[in-house]
Amino acid sequence: MIEFDRAGVRVPVASGDLQILAPTSLSLTEQRVALIGPNGAGKSTLARLVNGLATPSSGQVRVDGLDVATRGREVRRRVGFTFTDPAAQLVMPTAAEDVALSLRRTHRHRAERRAAALDVLADFGLEELADRSVQTLSGGQRQLLALAGVLATAPSVLVADEPTTLLDLANARMIGDLLLGLPQQLVLVTHDLDLAARCDRAVLVTDGRVAADGPAAEVVAHYRATAGTARPAGDRG
Amino acid sequence: MLLGHHIPGTTRLHRLPAGTKLGAMLLIGLIVVVVRGPVSALVAVAMGLALLLWAGAGLRLTLRAIRGVLVVALCLGGWLAWQQGWASAVEGVGDLLALVLVATVLTLTTPVDELLDTIAHRVRFLRPLGVDPERVALAFGLMIRAIPATVELAEETQRAARARGLERSLPARLVPLVIRVVARAQHTGDALHARGLGD
Ligand SMILES: Nc1ncnc2c1ncn2[C@@H]1O[C@H](COP(=O)(O)OP(=O)(O)O)[C@@H](O)[C@H]1O
Ligand SMILES: [Mg+2]
Repeated sequence: MIEFDRAGVRVPVASGDLQILAPTSLSLTEQRVALIGPNGAGKSTLARLVNGLATPSSGQVRVDGLDVATRGREVRRRVGFTFTDPAAQLVMPTAAEDVALSLRRTHRHRAERRAAALDVLADFGLEELADRSVQTLSGGQRQLLALAGVLATAPSVLVADEPTTLLDLANARMIGDLLLGLPQQLVLVTHDLDLAARCDRAVLVTDGRVAADGPAAEVVAHYRATAGTARPAGDRG
Repeated sequence: MLLGHHIPGTTRLHRLPAGTKLGAMLLIGLIVVVVRGPVSALVAVAMGLALLLWAGAGLRLTLRAIRGVLVVALCLGGWLAWQQGWASAVEGVGDLLALVLVATVLTLTTPVDELLDTIAHRVRFLRPLGVDPERVALAFGLMIRAIPATVELAEETQRAARARGLERSLPARLVPLVIRVVARAQHTGDALHARGLGD
């Protein structure tokens, strides 16, 4: 369970402080939660709070009752996070080595680690690419590998920040289907409204605050109906 | 740029334990820096080249390994020749090339995972001082990775500048590169943090 308890984020800017997320209270218990809204609305900020990549300047965020600010280490073992651009996330030369990196904490011996990494790759249909240089993989393969690297440690929650934005249609569909079918609780930031509508709940974020929240299909329909009328991103006066 | 890449193989060098290679690399590096004079520098370069060929790099890859640092080496050489004469220039450039070649041999023949294990194991003794061996190993691994990644970004930036007809403008190539390298480093830091690897 993910709880936002009046969690707000302010960042220092030249002209003082900028509130990029108004104090927000949410309790996310659904299996699949979509975060939608225009660019610059604060979706990533909200998502990053869940595993301590961003810290609230007021209020609290808790995962399974653990305060993210003070129990970050334990929280990060429960919460996996993937980024829009997998290239920034893949840090080792080959696919197998990158997955093995995630497993360093749980598998002390290199041979065991390699075997476990190959198992994980096989789960994602990537076994053929185990020893390929990460730089030679396609965008879809890279995103799949990034997911494999994060899910290798079996987190109970996955936060995915626009995982399909850089992908072509076929790969976006493949990654989207995979995410929605995961056993983990999923917090999915996305501009793919069809994908969002397939979640159990959607939270619409605009201008740094929650504008709508409820069953995914309804919130997505509301967003579709009003999207063209919102102020553009960054125009906060 | 070859430094930071691993090419699986079965040569004698591939089969040596990572610890031995790491130790040898540090020793060779020390000797190269300590022993003065152009002759020893040339000997070191020849040795580095021989090792690289022995590692199964072949002539083309070996040339690629040098090409990556050639610009830096030539600038350094030109400056040294002007400031201190030819002997210093040969020594400076030779030392640099030798170090790059030896480091390339290490990464070429050793999987990063094995290097990380070895380093983490070797710096264990620092643990009482509050040093986390895993973090040291990870930092080292990232350093090695950062070199080819930066070269890749430089190539992309170069292409982007060319697409706008700006390939002759140094700022048009340099400024975006610096920004992208910093941004990439930040993203990578975030990603490692998110994977719980910095904890
Ligand atoms: N560190 C920061 N400093 C200043 N502004 C920031 C910072 N981080 C985010 N912002 C701003 O906060 C707003 C929300 O950002 P973000 O959560 O990334 O939006 P989204 O993911 O919905 O596109 C944006 O206008 C962004 O420019
Ligand atoms: Mg975002």
